Amino acid sequence: MSRAAGVVGNRVRRGFYLDSVALMRLSASLEARAGVESASLMIGTPSNLALLDEAGLLAGEGRAAGPNDLVLAVRAAGEEALAAALAAAEASLDGAAAGPEARGGRTAGRFPGLDAACRALPGANLAIVSVPGPFAAREARRALARGLHVLVFSDNVPVEEEIALKHEGRARGRLVMGPDCGTAIIAGAPLAFANRVRRGAVGVVSASGTGLQELSVLVHRAGGGVSHGIGVGGRDLGDEVGGLGAFMALDALEADPATRHVVILSKPPGPRTEAALLARIAEYAKPVTLCLVGRGRAALPPNAALAPTLRDAARLALDACAAAGAARAPERPADLAPDQGSAGGADDRMDGNPGEGPRGNASGGRTHDDPAVAAASASDAPTAARVAALQPPPSSRPGRIVGLFSGGTLCAEGQALLLRAGLGVASNTPVPGAARLTAPAGRLAPAPAASASASPDGSRASPTAAPGHVFLDLGADEYTAGRPHPMIEPAMRTGVLAAALADPTAGVVVLDVVLGLGSHPDPTAPIAAAVRAAPADRPAVVASVCGTERDPQGYAAQRRVLESAGVLVADSNADAVEAAVRIVAGPPPAGGG
Amino acid sequence: MKDLLAGPVRVVNVGLARFAAELRAEGVEVAEVDWAPPAAPPAALALADRLEAGSPAGDRIETANREAAGRMLQGDPVLIDVLPAEEAVPGMRDRLLLHAGPPIGWERMCGPMRGAVAGAAVLEGWAGDLDEATDLAAAGGVDFAPNHHHDAVGPMTGIITRSMPVMVVENRAFGNRAYCTLNEGLGKVMRFGGNDADVRGRLRWLAEVLGPAVGAALRHTGGIALKGIVARGLAAGDEMHQRNAACTGLLLRALAPALARTCRDREALASVLAFIAGNDQFFLNVAMALGKAVADPARGVAGASLVTAMSRNGADFGIRLSGAGDRWFTAPVEMPRGLYFPGFAEADANPDMGDSTIVETVGLGGFAMAAAPAVVGFVGAGSAAEAAGYTRRMYEITLARNPEWTIPALDFAGVPTGIDARRVVASGIAPTINTGIAHREPGIGQVGAGVVRAPMACFVKALEALAEEVLAEAPE
Repeated sequence: MSRAAGVVGNRVRRGFYLDSVALMRLSASLEARAGVESASLMIGTPSNLALLDEAGLLAGEGRAAGPNDLVLAVRAAGEEALAAALAAAEASLDGAAAGPEARGGRTAGRFPGLDAACRALPGANLAIVSVPGPFAAREARRALARGLHVLVFSDNVPVEEEIALKHEGRARGRLVMGPDCGTAIIAGAPLAFANRVRRGAVGVVSASGTGLQELSVLVHRAGGGVSHGIGVGGRDLGDEVGGLGAFMALDALEADPATRHVVILSKPPGPRTEAALLARIAEYAKPVTLCLVGRGRAALPPNAALAPTLRDAARLALDACAAAGAARAPERPADLAPDQGSAGGADDRMDGNPGEGPRGNASGGRTHDDPAVAAASASDAPTAARVAALQPPPSSRPGRIVGLFSGGTLCAEGQALLLRAGLGVASNTPVPGAARLTAPAGRLAPAPAASASASPDGSRASPTAAPGHVFLDLGADEYTAGRPHPMIEPAMRTGVLAAALADPTAGVVVLDVVLGLGSHPDPTAPIAAAVRAAPADRPAVVASVCGTERDPQGYAAQRRVLESAGVLVADSNADAVEAAVRIVAGPPPAGGG
Repeated sequence: MKDLLAGPVRVVNVGLARFAAELRAEGVEVAEVDWAPPAAPPAALALADRLEAGSPAGDRIETANREAAGRMLQGDPVLIDVLPAEEAVPGMRDRLLLHAGPPIGWERMCGPMRGAVAGAAVLEGWAGDLDEATDLAAAGGVDFAPNHHHDAVGPMTGIITRSMPVMVVENRAFGNRAYCTLNEGLGKVMRFGGNDADVRGRLRWLAEVLGPAVGAALRHTGGIALKGIVARGLAAGDEMHQRNAACTGLLLRALAPALARTCRDREALASVLAFIAGNDQFFLNVAMALGKAVADPARGVAGASLVTAMSRNGADFGIRLSGAGDRWFTAPVEMPRGLYFPGFAEADANPDMGDSTIVETVGLGGFAMAAAPAVVGFVGAGSAAEAAGYTRRMYEITLARNPEWTIPALDFAGVPTGIDARRVVASGIAPTINTGIAHREPGIGQVGAGVVRAPMACFVKALEALAEEVLAEAPE
């Protein structure tokens, strides 16, 4: 009840009633004006007048107000502020009759809890949970209890929670995708980070988000389509979780009439889980392609094939569907090199008549993963031609391959291809056989002076400090702690890209660009800028673009941005890495695994 | 899993809003959960989840809650009389002072409550003046007890002593009665700690003129059923805590003919009519007695997690649970957020206080905010649509919708009724309470009005106590 020595002024509106709450709100907004010490709008009842008087707000005209009158009372620092405040008060009184502020509605479609959301959306069948990791399992459990299938995008969920969730999902007959499930495509709906692809006959069970993205766009761009892409999370096929999610997904796809062929994508499973998986496949009603990136040879049941790369998995699946009579879309995007009808060099048994039944002839225990596969891929005419067509600029030089990836599985696939080609490679996320880069990305040993001086951010530089071929997964935790993922903010890759482009020992830089929902609206722009800004004697840059023409960013447009900057754009990540291998062909540099 | 793969996918999005926006752009139907990190600690969350329906313990609670909430909904409150507290309130005696909230002693009482205690002690003749009264109370010369322990409720300080007139509400479905003082009007009043001669003078007038007049009129009518008045009040923009303008008028309409017949003194009659007509909040105290009368039969249902009382004494917020006996589960009260009368600011405000939260306990007040667009400013909402959000959130933590008390603006949805402590803990959504704000110093009175949340810790403690009992009897 402080009283300052300001100027007090009153106005009275005779016979004016406004709800006291509305008046208090107007008073509060008047008090917020510069120069106003205190303000109050009150109906002139005796008790209110006493209150105003007590507050030092009553003067002249106001004292004569009656219980049917409204008193506008202001104390201001000066006459000018007083007059302005009273005028504003009168104006807002006139405005108040015009109706409430045009607010609200912003929260339409948002509900205070799971139950309200389920009530508001009858037939809801899937919950997408992307809350911080420590809270995710609980939200997923609550969703399961309400009969929803669940996609858990969140990471940092303890593995015990994952196991418990998947057991509960199984008991309730509900899919639990994830935790750390970045991508899924269900009944044509792209979920989380996913691309817009045609619906079709290829069903996918994937422990890898970017793996599912690459496979689905390759299937789409080759004219095929995806029935469902069920993400299971990166740990699912490890022996701790034991493939709980994958087995349920396989059951679902087996029963799904739209699915003709199933692709399983994962890093190498745990040994016990792999044995169980192969046993399940042996009695599976549909043919299966396994793409276990980094996995060596394995004995497979007759209805299964092993694809060394996502590219090969897409081709195997499509050829199998074609053989089974599933139609591919007749229209083909003009910017794609044709590979329809290719014999599938990675699998000579695919070289059959299109009219033959699905793969799965008499031969058991196939392996598609012997060292000859890389060579076989290269000898696959269309692929080889595509890869050979990616010619480095004349200024390029021999050197090592530096891979800078936003997709973890694309990085792993690249490493596997180098190992298959007999090259050593080191990575922050090494596949079996690759060497581990021990220093976290941001703190690799200081860059050589030459590259540091050329790098806009020498301190953060440099994979160049590590000898030999280096493939970095820039989406790994050590890069993304406190920073956005490179798929969301591609500019986070430009520092390390600039350093690699200025590195005299680098012969080729390999990049992936992931389009689709969730990804940055224009991810190639910062890459093109960095390449243009690089020294004239920069290494060759080979990139692949994971996307479709239907994606918001537009596949062709993004490709053109890269090509116009002098980047060699391959049709798949595998193509890009193989092109890089060709470009640096010769005695492999020292180092690596 | 056919239901999912057969499509179409219909998504409930919990987390990143961009996923929902992108899915909508793809033509996928999405309902978004307005997610916030849980307010309760992890162990309490886990407990609330364990006690959800589906487990043996959870199912037992469900059954008990159906019984308890059913009793609450079946109540038939009728205002039947006004009597001196010593004639009506069970256990009332000399030197006993009933107060709002869970139990509290003089040493922990806030300023306004001490002021009211002193004023009441002078009013009752226990002390000659306020100083003497203060010394008396501090020396243990007054016995304190919560209103709730005597079937009664009182607003803000909530003081009831033997001579004060109380309204009697009978729940004719169950036969129990509940009591609340008459509303004193605005300005300096005892419920906000006022205690001077004017305050005491008005209280004497309440006891000598208003109370007997209204009591006689009520006896003449045979009682005024309250459920219908509340129903019409909701349709006319009252939520029965901050706004009682319509219900006060409706009650007066029902009362006036009987008053005219029973009140011999025309001057007294005129003053009674003028007093009620001049106080938009007159019905608040009626609604409180109604709430107490309706909530009490829901007490004592073994295993029920239904909240049967919420109350504050200016220091502690306390709740009672149907299945946890008569124990209070308390936590420090929070500060209300709101709007202030001229010359006052947040620094002047007393912590949250009063038994008036009994109206929220039965689905009114903050729970019925969507019915009362006129008072949305108090909750910091800029629009009636946002205020409706307050009511919508309360559906997440309640067991039933009262079919007799509906909100036109929500397409006649029933008010959210019967707070489930499990859901409060599990959802992190605390009951929203509309409240007046008292000055922190005794004797000054009301300085504003606003909204306050029930502290989460009360519900966590209550749930832990219930779990001990329920899990012991129905192990998982």
